[in-house]
Formats: sequence, C-alpha cells, structure tokens
Amino acid sequence: MARTSGSRLLRGVLVPLAALAVWQALAARGVFNPQVLPSPVAVFSRWLAYLKPLEPFDPALMSRARWLVSGELPQDALGSLYRVAVGFLLGAGLALPLGLAMGTSRLVHALLDPLLQILRPIPPIAYIPLAILWFGLGNPPAFFLISLGAFFPVLVNTIAGVRSVDGIYLRVARNLGAGRSATFLRVILPGAAPFILAGARIGMGTAFIVVIVSEMIAVNNGLGYRILEAREYMWSDKIIAGMLTIGLLGLGIDTLMGRLSDWLLRWHRGME
Amino acid sequence: MTQAAQIRIQAVGKTFEGAGPAVAALAGIDLELRAGEFVCLLGPSGCGKSTLLNIIAGFTAPTAGQVLVDGAPVTGPGPDRGMVFQEYALFPWMTVEANIAFGLEIRRRPRPEIRETVDRLLKMLHLQDFRARFPKDLSGGMRQRVAIARVLALDSPILLMDEPFGALDALTRRTLQDELLRVWAELCKTVVFVTHSLEESIYLADRIVLMTYRPGTVKLDLAITLPRLRDPASPEFNAIKKELGALLMAEQQRHVEAEFV
Repeated sequence: MARTSGSRLLRGVLVPLAALAVWQALAARGVFNPQVLPSPVAVFSRWLAYLKPLEPFDPALMSRARWLVSGELPQDALGSLYRVAVGFLLGAGLALPLGLAMGTSRLVHALLDPLLQILRPIPPIAYIPLAILWFGLGNPPAFFLISLGAFFPVLVNTIAGVRSVDGIYLRVARNLGAGRSATFLRVILPGAAPFILAGARIGMGTAFIVVIVSEMIAVNNGLGYRILEAREYMWSDKIIAGMLTIGLLGLGIDTLMGRLSDWLLRWHRGME
Repeated sequence: MTQAAQIRIQAVGKTFEGAGPAVAALAGIDLELRAGEFVCLLGPSGCGKSTLLNIIAGFTAPTAGQVLVDGAPVTGPGPDRGMVFQEYALFPWMTVEANIAFGLEIRRRPRPEIRETVDRLLKMLHLQDFRARFPKDLSGGMRQRVAIARVLALDSPILLMDEPFGALDALTRRTLQDELLRVWAELCKTVVFVTHSLEESIYLADRIVLMTYRPGTVKLDLAITLPRLRDPASPEFNAIKKELGALLMAEQQRHVEAEFV
C-alpha cells in the first residue's frame, strides 16, 4: 500500500519537476529575457518574499498566528478566499432552494425556466460594468459576480438531481406513511445529493475564476489585483508567483470539496 | 377460517388509456381475502396481477369497482398495507438500520421503541451483522430481507408483495420463502403475493388465484391444503402443479399469441 501510493506520488510529480528543470536550464542559458520569463528560482524567491511578513514580530501588536499571515501573499489569499466563500454561499444558497422548487414543481419550472435560460449563457464577466454601476467598487460587486458564477451550475444540477430521483422511492415513502415534507427532506434531497454536490464543485470552480477577474477590475487587494499590479511594474516573477498561488489554492479547495462529497456520498460509491 | 373478509375486491376493472388503443388490464375481479390468509396471485406477464396489487396498495385507482380494506374504501397508499417490491427499493443513502427505522421515525415513535423494533427485526431476519451497511454493499437476498423488515416495522396487518423473490437465485429464493412463511406464521399477517412461478405459489399459498391473460379475470380460485413445510418433490405437490400448470400455460399461450403473432 505504502509502495503503491509512493510510486503514484512519484509519477505525479515527475512531469512538473521535469518542466521546472527544463525551464530553469533554458533560463540559466539566457534563452529568455528575464523580464519576459524569469527563471523558476527567481519566481520562487519572489514567492518567498511575497509570503513573508512585512514587519518584524512584535508581541505588543499582534499574536504570532496573525503575524505569520500578515505578509502580502497570505493577506491576498485570505481576501480572495473570503470573497469566494461569501459569493459562493450567496449564489449556491439561492440556487439550491430554487433548483429544488423547479425540480419538484412543473409550474415553478414552467414559470422560471425561460428567464433563466436567457440569463444562463451570459458569462458573469459580462456583468462587470453593471456590477460596478450598481455596487460601486470593493467587495460588493465581487460578491455579486462570484455568486452569479456559482449560481447556475448549482441550479442546473439541482434540477437535474431532483428529477433523477427514481419514482419508486417516492412510492415507497408514501407507502411507509411519509408526508410531503418528510419525503422532500429524507428522500428527494438525499437522492438528488450526487448531482447537487457535483454542481457545487463546478460552481466553486467558476467562483474561483470569477474572483480573480473581479479583483482585477473592482477590488484593490487579493490575488487577481496583485497580478495586475505586478504587471504595472513589469514584475513578471511576481505575476507568476501569484498565478501559481491561485493554482495551488484552487487545487486545495477542489480537493477539499472532493473529499467532502466522497464522504457525504459514501453510500453511492461504485453504485452507478 | 370463518372470519369476515379483510380485503374485499368488488367488480374491479382497470383500463389504461394511452396513445394507442385502450388496454383492458383487469375486468370484473371479485375476491374476498380473509385476515391471516396467504394468497398468491398467479398468472403470466400481462395478466394484470401487479396492477391488481397496486390497486390494493392504493398506488393506482381502478377504473371500475372498488377495494375495501376492513370495510373502508382504498383511496391511496397507507401504512396498513406495507408493500415489498421486486426491485427492493431500499433507500440507498440510508443504512440497513435507518431503512428499517424510517417508517417509525415518520410516525414519530419514541426512540427506545424504534431501537427495540429495529433490533427485533434485525434478529428475526438475520441481519444483525449488517445493520450499519449501505444497501449497495448487500447481496440481493440481503436487500430483500431488509425490505421485508422495513415493512414489518410498520406492523401493518397486510403485506403486499410484488414478485419479491423474482430477481433472486433459486437457493436464496427458497431460503427467503421459508423465512417469509416463518414470519407470516409468527406474526399472523395477511399476505397478497404476486408471482408468475407456479411452484412458488404452491409452496407458499393457502390460496392461489390464477388469472387470465388480458383482460385479467379470475380463472381459478384454488385452496391449497397441503401441510407446511411442503415438499415440492411429493406426489401431492406435483398433482397440483400438473393441474394448475395446464391452465397457466393456456394463458401463457394466449399471451404469446397476442404479443408475437
């Protein structure tokens, strides 16, 4: 077991390491202008500097934990994560009840579906001008755009999930004496959960894309803002350091979501 | 055996209207089933035996006639008539225990009572070691035991079973048939059991209702008085099998001609 997971890890890091080595070798030979494409070593040292607290530790000012995340990068990452969390909860929080209602009731579906089908293909990015007009600058327009990004994947999957619940479970529930609310909470909701969680995972991915874009436009901190700021100074090493941070954070969030949904759906594994 | 009828099926008919010509699934069914009786509805596919069961269960409304249970007309499904389906239909997101407890929780029974009932049923159906498993990790036979336990938890006087053992292998089926007979004798339930297996019906039933192919009507209503447990290899068993078999095959022949000619 340990050997197989060890060899899987080795296989996983092989290509990224090789890519880094080639990149470093080419950079060391001066193939690229370092302003255009800095070496991995330069990116890494910039990343460390970006990560480090700006001030020396002073117990009178703050706790050690606060101090450790007081650097520019941790602050940017926390800011971006905060916006993702609020936006996602808003968007998914609206989409879930709406999707459940649309999935259960033909009437609600018939009333709302046409409008939603028109709105759905509009990418959240197209809302940027309106978002700024309506909400000004700062977090509010970012929350709005991110919640839009999370809304539709969760909505569409929730509707599909409710409809995927096999009618026989509804008959069993009725036969066992379940009323409407018990059937809804204990049969339809868990039965739709595999779809809903898949939608939440896609929605989280979209939220992560939109947070970067909205920070480039409307917010003056966060990872998206920092990348654009670094461009002004031609700090390409910092741009890449910021991009890699985004990649790592996204991977981390997706892994957590995957673990959570594996646990919630442990009854479902290998059943399809 | 002189009790009043518990289930009265009165002039029940069912016609399905769809895109094509209307299909008469059932016509003029009159039956009286006594409390504690084990009745098998036997017939080829398409004879409407499952439709009749669904009408008794209240999932389907008849287009003619009515069904009375303890004197009251059936208007919808109810926990006084527990149903066991061929495809088990266990809630896959609930453990064995939670599946069995579901009906009691719906009825807001007190916790200790639920636990006691679940424990008793797990024991009765030999499921103790599987209580925390999810249905996907159980064999077909185990799943059907859980489905039976789930319905028994309701303590409904009537058990409706729609080809419950049809998807099981022959050995597992025999084991479950024996367990069902044991549970039935112990708990004094009325069982209405749909099957297309001649042998299964003779093995289980007090009374076999043989149905005709479309429209389903009662062709023969036969009491089986052989003592249990019955021996399918005995001459008496085979005599019944031979007699019923000829009638059943005649209906099957009508089915074949209707579907494939």
